Amino acid sequence: MAIYLTKESKVLVQGMTGAEGTKHTRRMIAAGTNVVGGVNPRKAGTSVDFDDRAVPVFGSVADGMRATGADVTVVFVPPAFAKAAVVEAADAGIPLAVVITEGIPVHDSVAFTAYARRKGTRIVGPNCPGLISPGQSNAGIIPADITKQGRIGLVSKSGTLTYQLMYELRDIGFTSCVGIGGDPVIGTTHIDCLEAFENDPETELVVLIGEIGGDAEERAAAHIRDHVSKPVVAYIAGFTAPEGKTMGHAGAIVSGSSGTAQAKKAALEAVGVRVGSTPTETARLVLDRLAADQ
Amino acid sequence: MDLYEHQARELFAEHGILVPQAEVTASAKEAREIARRLGGKVVVKAQVKTGGRGKAGGVKLAADPAATEITARQILGMDIKGHTVHTVMVAQPVDIESEFYVSYVLDRAAGTFLAIASAEGGMDIEEVAATRPEAVARVAIDPAKGVTTAKAALIAEAAGLPPQTVDVLVRLWEVLTREDAVLVEVNPLVRTRQGQILALDGKVTLDDNARFRQTRWGAADVEHTDPLEAEAAAKGLNYVKLDGEVGIIGNGAGLVMSTLDVVAGCGARPANFLDIGGGASAGTMADGLNVILSDPAVRSVFVNVFGGITACDAVADGIVKALDSVRLTKPLVVRLDGNNAERGRAILDAAAHPLIEQATTMDGAARRAADLATATA
Repeated sequence: MAIYLTKESKVLVQGMTGAEGTKHTRRMIAAGTNVVGGVNPRKAGTSVDFDDRAVPVFGSVADGMRATGADVTVVFVPPAFAKAAVVEAADAGIPLAVVITEGIPVHDSVAFTAYARRKGTRIVGPNCPGLISPGQSNAGIIPADITKQGRIGLVSKSGTLTYQLMYELRDIGFTSCVGIGGDPVIGTTHIDCLEAFENDPETELVVLIGEIGGDAEERAAAHIRDHVSKPVVAYIAGFTAPEGKTMGHAGAIVSGSSGTAQAKKAALEAVGVRVGSTPTETARLVLDRLAADQ
Repeated sequence: MDLYEHQARELFAEHGILVPQAEVTASAKEAREIARRLGGKVVVKAQVKTGGRGKAGGVKLAADPAATEITARQILGMDIKGHTVHTVMVAQPVDIESEFYVSYVLDRAAGTFLAIASAEGGMDIEEVAATRPEAVARVAIDPAKGVTTAKAALIAEAAGLPPQTVDVLVRLWEVLTREDAVLVEVNPLVRTRQGQILALDGKVTLDDNARFRQTRWGAADVEHTDPLEAEAAAKGLNYVKLDGEVGIIGNGAGLVMSTLDVVAGCGARPANFLDIGGGASAGTMADGLNVILSDPAVRSVFVNVFGGITACDAVADGIVKALDSVRLTKPLVVRLDGNNAERGRAILDAAAHPLIEQATTMDGAARRAADLATATA
């Protein structure tokens, strides 16, 4: 099994006809994703060739869902149009919208995440690499060929740290890896993923990657204490980040004494989560824990 | 991007919130003229994007135009927490009866904005919240509805603010939404003895992601206290200056933050944060190396790349090409891992630059870069 995304998932790509959209749709298909269509109101009725298959372009998410039974959409549209794209997807009633777009204004993210919640659409992102269930399906821009299907679940605010851990733990493999994004307001949280991994019988251990800013990791720690029975190993980035400076991700900022890596590590350790001091050590903690459970 | 107080004041005024009469200047002589126009007695306020101006001596009362000139001269050029005072705001004093606090802030966990209000204004709100939490009202705002008059009345009532503040709360919400701000704060919001509600001091943080539709602000409005940060920003680099000796280049914000931590764990201090992103072209690599090598504190450079979408051979090509235009003066430790790592390493081996070494692991490379930086120190 996996969380949110399986080989049965039928994936639409909003913005498939743009340069990034086309490039990553090709990669998704190569990774085994069942991409059933693209969405572009100006190119409805056309199709785009990806190696051995022609993927149809629909005028709207609703049209695409009607024609294909799609249940996932991946959003590559530019920041100025992202809100409209997500609202359209939520209005169409799609269960999962993965918003890759970086640079969306916070007011738009606040509006569309609240809207999607009301409509019952799960948002992953924005400003995220998407999610992958290795060997099954890949919705977003995560490289598929650096790991394999296995028994670890991973949830992360950071793209490249996700790839790093996927690669370090490639011999064990993953059920699903979810890049939830580095923006201050996101649709799917660490807690949502922990809950889903807890309920996924194939996932034996969860890797949680956090970074400075906000208190999502502290909240995750409280959730782990009360609701997670599976082992969790964590990594937190940003111990050396100065106060008041945004470190790349819009949400990665220490404000006053809040949002520090130290506080997050302490909160996780207080509930029994092992926190690695480097990505490599984190991978080793995972291996040790899995070996101990054998 | 944070705005200066005087810019926040302008935004408030544009949205119909009353503010004191004031003008901004970079000259003490002109400050004197402004004081004359405003009636003699004024407040001179340092314009810096940091808190604690009052405690630092950056806010002073001046009794008359002559005193204003002297005061302005004292404040201009002052250093407040690393920020140099380039301008002062000269404002008419206000006859204060009571002081309040109001702000709209982003509640990241809830994914909504939150109104924070208190009848105990003029002080550090975090302190009030810590010592007397019951004095601070926190009200979540439904993004679909915003702050209506009814909602504003609710906020005012929860905080014990007078009904006259309701209009200000509605207008302040307009500032937040129409200007794409992620924070608006008025502290203090005052009631004067004449019964007016006035925004005496304000802070506004704009959303950098909204620049494309908020075109009144340009790159010139972004204050860089560090010349290297200014240079990097001009080149479009995602760079933050730190106080260390190991220069850092990596791809992806999380991996770069992690790289800083791992270097620090090896006993050296990172000199900077620099995320060259997924693409990592030769041009970006050259720009990044140039900025880092012009930092005199840097003694070694650590290039940490995980090839996910970008393949490592492309990154290695980028490094080699960058060296056509960059004179390497410090040792460079490169760690390439992930897609096509072997090919990437072979390209760097073939280039055989005397100052470039490679390491196969992130931890090993960090240790080597740290050793190089501390050995030459």
